[in-house]
Amino acid sequence: MKNENSLILSFETSCDETSVAVIKNGKEILSNIVATQIKSHQRFGGVVPEVASRHHIEQITICLNDALQKAGVTYSDLTGVAITYGPGLVGSLLVGITAAKVVAWAHQLPLIPVNHIAGHIYATNFDHPIEFPALALVVSGGHTELVWMPKEGEFKIIGETRDDAAGETYDKIGRVLGINYPAGPQVDQMAHLGHDTFAFPRAMEKNDNFDFSFSGLKSAFINTVHHADQINATLDKNDLATSFQQAVIDVLVSKAMRALDKYPAKEFILAGGVAANRGLRERLDQELEKRDVEFVKAPLKLCGDNAAMIGAAAEMLQRHGAKADMSLNANPGLEFEWAENEEE
Amino acid sequence: MKVLALDTSNRPLSVSVLNYDKVLATTTITTQRKHAAYAMQTIEDLVKVAKLKPSDLDRVVVAQGPGSYTGLRVAVTIGKVLSDTLKIDLVGISSLLALSLNVEKEGQLVAPTFDARNDILFTGLYRITSNGPKSVLPDQHISFEEWLKQLDQFDESIVFVGEDVANFKARLQAHFGTNFKSVVGIDNLPQAARIGIYGEQQRPVSDIDTFVPDYLRLTQAESDWQKLHPGEGHESYVEQV
Ligand SMILES: [Zn+2]
Repeated sequence: MKNENSLILSFETSCDETSVAVIKNGKEILSNIVATQIKSHQRFGGVVPEVASRHHIEQITICLNDALQKAGVTYSDLTGVAITYGPGLVGSLLVGITAAKVVAWAHQLPLIPVNHIAGHIYATNFDHPIEFPALALVVSGGHTELVWMPKEGEFKIIGETRDDAAGETYDKIGRVLGINYPAGPQVDQMAHLGHDTFAFPRAMEKNDNFDFSFSGLKSAFINTVHHADQINATLDKNDLATSFQQAVIDVLVSKAMRALDKYPAKEFILAGGVAANRGLRERLDQELEKRDVEFVKAPLKLCGDNAAMIGAAAEMLQRHGAKADMSLNANPGLEFEWAENEEE
Repeated sequence: MKVLALDTSNRPLSVSVLNYDKVLATTTITTQRKHAAYAMQTIEDLVKVAKLKPSDLDRVVVAQGPGSYTGLRVAVTIGKVLSDTLKIDLVGISSLLALSLNVEKEGQLVAPTFDARNDILFTGLYRITSNGPKSVLPDQHISFEEWLKQLDQFDESIVFVGEDVANFKARLQAHFGTNFKSVVGIDNLPQAARIGIYGEQQRPVSDIDTFVPDYLRLTQAESDWQKLHPGEGHESYVEQV
């Protein structure tokens, strides 16, 4: 008897979370086990790749069994095995890829390769199916990019960061403020208590392209704090956080709004770890209210890396024919194609 | 007993499919380093030519380390996930012991050797018995000079095995004289068929979840950290959310 439902077992190990999920029909999360290594890497002030790989291998079968058990399914119920194959840390990706290949081979199931960024975007597919054309802003510790989706199954980059990812910048300035990795949530909190008094630079805000840059902002921030230290001045940390976050949000939002002018989308998607940032969500709420576009935010619990979002993207990709064989390898620098620049 | 055996600890990739001590299919590849891409592909091909299905397997035997960190993770992830998902036995054996299986002379001392760079070795000392190699000095990550000191207590010939022995041959010969012995050609490569036959006799892993590579070495970040925080491990730092 043919199984009418799609039931995908998905793996995600691209950075410092080991996650395994079971997703029904791309929309229903039967389980989503996430083992986070944050406490481990906090010892070092950031993710250490070799340590991350070691943790993944410690966690992989535990997460796999918990995911199946919680979902109440067995291998014979499954219709596919999905895996993030990039972008990410190569040693981390390899543990998940190898595990997914073994499960797919052992049970003779199709193997579905998923781009991690597509996964982040599909974290919004659970509450409501994505409507096309759609434009997505994916912001996290590893990525900052604008993705144009003219129709289902098509992903085109229209802009990305030229240097640090937005989330990475939060971590770096967080260190200067004495906040441990990951600094995003606490900086966000402080940013709601202060004022934008420092007027940090808004890099590339006026450029024509849709690329981002945060290294100038980071340097300005660090220089400001160091200079104050040298002259024994005390700066208001909340004001610093507010000024920093305002600059990040201004850059992200102004680029996103200009992208929307050029790429009129039915739906604007905010996804990735930094999509949990309250300041960014509020500001986009205000801006997008003025426009004829639906604003869809990734649910807070699915903003960080998780396998549920990979399973959701995999269901769509499988319908479009995506599959891999046992030679699948990690692609740490995996990117969508760039959109054609028709005009200018 | 249908057995899949695998060694990806270093540059060679060796895979074998056996039925007891009968080799059904075996392959050793030395020309590439992408074990992550080739290991499962080779396993799929060999199991197919052995006319078996994955579910026919009763046991998986892997070389667990030491060796290249990525290589070890490929073999160990394959071993633990396959064992877990098919509910079959898992055996992990030392990658150094695996190399010493190439020496068959009973009573012989064998020093399998991997070059860990900067004049440091992954090595150990084994004595060949009728039941296979028995550990005489434990597998370790040790400087070449320190290792010579440990071996000096043995006044007998030692066979050095492994492709990396060539990097140290002149110095070993100078130090041990006629007590230095080496092997040639294929005997310097891990042979998954031998690993499988040896692994059939070993007790399977009882807790698959805790099966991890024998790196024999902490990461730099962790060893720096441990100097400041003596006596603390690292497993407890991961938590489900
Ligand atoms: Zn991510």
